Amino acid sequence: MTASERNVVLHVDDVSKNFGGLHALSDIDLEVAEGETHAIIGPNGAGKSTLLNVIIGRLAPTRGAVVFDGEVLTGRKPYQINQMGVARVFQTPEIFSDLTVLQNVMTPAFARRDGAFKINILKPVEREAEIRDEAEAILEDVGLAPRRLSHAGALSRGDKRRMELAMCLIQHPRLLLLDEPTAGMSRHDTNTTIDLLKKIKARGMTKVIIEHDMHVVFSLADKISVLSGGRIIAEGLPDDIRGNEKVQEAYLGGAHRLEAH
Amino acid sequence: MALFQLSRRDALIFALFALVVITMPVWTAPFGANYSGLMQKFAIYAIFAIGFNVLFGLTGYLSFGHAAFLGVGSYTAVWSFKLLTMDVIPAIVFAIIVSGLFALAIGYLSLRRSGIYFSILTLAFAQMSYNLAYSVLTPITNGETSLQLTLKDPRIIDLAFGERGAGLPTASLFGNTLIGLEGFYFCAVVLILAFFLAQKIFASPFGMMLRAIKSNQTRMSYTGFNTRPYALTAFVISGMYAGLAGALLAVTDPLAGAERMQWTASGEVVLMTILGGVGTLIGPVIGAWLIKYFENIFSSFNEGILSRFFGFVAEPAHDTVVAIASKFVGEGWQLTLGLLFVLVVVFLPGGIMEGVRRIAALFRRPGTPATPGAMRTQPAE
Repeated sequence: MTASERNVVLHVDDVSKNFGGLHALSDIDLEVAEGETHAIIGPNGAGKSTLLNVIIGRLAPTRGAVVFDGEVLTGRKPYQINQMGVARVFQTPEIFSDLTVLQNVMTPAFARRDGAFKINILKPVEREAEIRDEAEAILEDVGLAPRRLSHAGALSRGDKRRMELAMCLIQHPRLLLLDEPTAGMSRHDTNTTIDLLKKIKARGMTKVIIEHDMHVVFSLADKISVLSGGRIIAEGLPDDIRGNEKVQEAYLGGAHRLEAH
Repeated sequence: MALFQLSRRDALIFALFALVVITMPVWTAPFGANYSGLMQKFAIYAIFAIGFNVLFGLTGYLSFGHAAFLGVGSYTAVWSFKLLTMDVIPAIVFAIIVSGLFALAIGYLSLRRSGIYFSILTLAFAQMSYNLAYSVLTPITNGETSLQLTLKDPRIIDLAFGERGAGLPTASLFGNTLIGLEGFYFCAVVLILAFFLAQKIFASPFGMMLRAIKSNQTRMSYTGFNTRPYALTAFVISGMYAGLAGALLAVTDPLAGAERMQWTASGEVVLMTILGGVGTLIGPVIGAWLIKYFENIFSSFNEGILSRFFGFVAEPAHDTVVAIASKFVGEGWQLTLGLLFVLVVVFLPGGIMEGVRRIAALFRRPGTPATPGAMRTQPAE
């Protein structure tokens, strides 16, 4: 398919980001089609997380703009971007450590239902049956149901990541950004997460994923962009990327072949 | 109606709390604290602390200037007595509105910063209000002489319906004067209502959002919440609670002085909350009662009382024991309170309520989880 046939939902339009004299991102052009899982790979320091931070509104680009579904995201506040349907899983889990797992997953559902601000003191949280049921169902999906009443701060790192994913999923975002969703997970947990992400894909959710683990990338990605030194050096279907000499050079210094384990 | 819904556990806590407050004249008797002036203070400062805890306990924003709202509430109530009527309802309503507006302005500016900078900003605003009350604003505050009722007050509404009596009038509720025990029961009912509202806030989605802000503000904004209005609402609510407490102080004694706004008064409510247990519903109330008890009763113990108390100690040691103990009571009451505070913060960081929880855990049958399901182990994968 060519870009014109696809329904592009996310368009990173000629974005550059400088930190002082450092060019973290240079002239990035990226198009993500609806329902697509787009992986961004590249060596450490290539600018992957910076790109994600620009998309989500944490960093303002030096030049260029990010357009989501026809609306410019650049210049909007993070909460406004989320309200437009963009959710993010962070590299280091950003969770509510003092709340229970269930409360962690219920909280984002209120943002979806009630908007960015609502003084809602009439009905106790525990009578919000609809949101509670949905949160419990999603916890079942990510395998955290037995720990729903634990303190989130007491979870293992891998469990925190899965909970953070659940917190994003309950919002039914139209675009989900994942920053190394399986880092720090055992092989078993990684496979569970891959299955889960495949299931979401079946529901048509668009995803941008940064990942080091090639097993994860090649199991999930419809399309891959390779970032190196702040530039996109290659883009294409997983099979094209796998055989691309330039990518192997940049990514692994030519020493190894990119392979799905 | 949704407005009156509480969970079963909260409803039980509410019933017990109401019972304890209403029976206060009975259970304070053994401690020598069963006179209405002190019990009114127990009720009023409990309201102040409950409101303070809505901000500090839920959002984690530590305000060092809440006495300013208490003072504003008192001044507003006394002006309502002077200009309109001695009835307490308008005085309380005006006090809540004015202190709420005041909190909106101070909160709007202070909440642009967090952590220690927020605390310093609130402290600065409160000290500014305190100093203004003594200087520029004396036409409103009457400066050092305090704002008081006079025989020449207009009291438009009261005087439209009746003649001016001899002497200064007292605060009343629909024509019933609120003196002594009646005054206490009025404050007690307001305290119970204030506690109920706090319970509603704690159990509500709004309360959960405030806790989430305390836990991780970054996650909140990436989850689609505009965090600033949430924190500001909590600030205004707690300012209104303080204004309500200030109005009740004016109801029990229609006089408002600037010393109510001083930083020591702001610090006192912080102590009450931490001593009792930050973020718990009951903790701040216990903290308020303890501190007011120390301030009023412990401070009046003298050597005569101590000598009788230590009557069981044999003669040569008796005088030494009394001499040492006397340093901790009377004028030394703050020493005891300070030591108590240090002990609680070091050994029970969660305040007295943490102590209560630990004791409760000892009596709970081993193997019974604290919250159902919380300790359930994860099935092997």
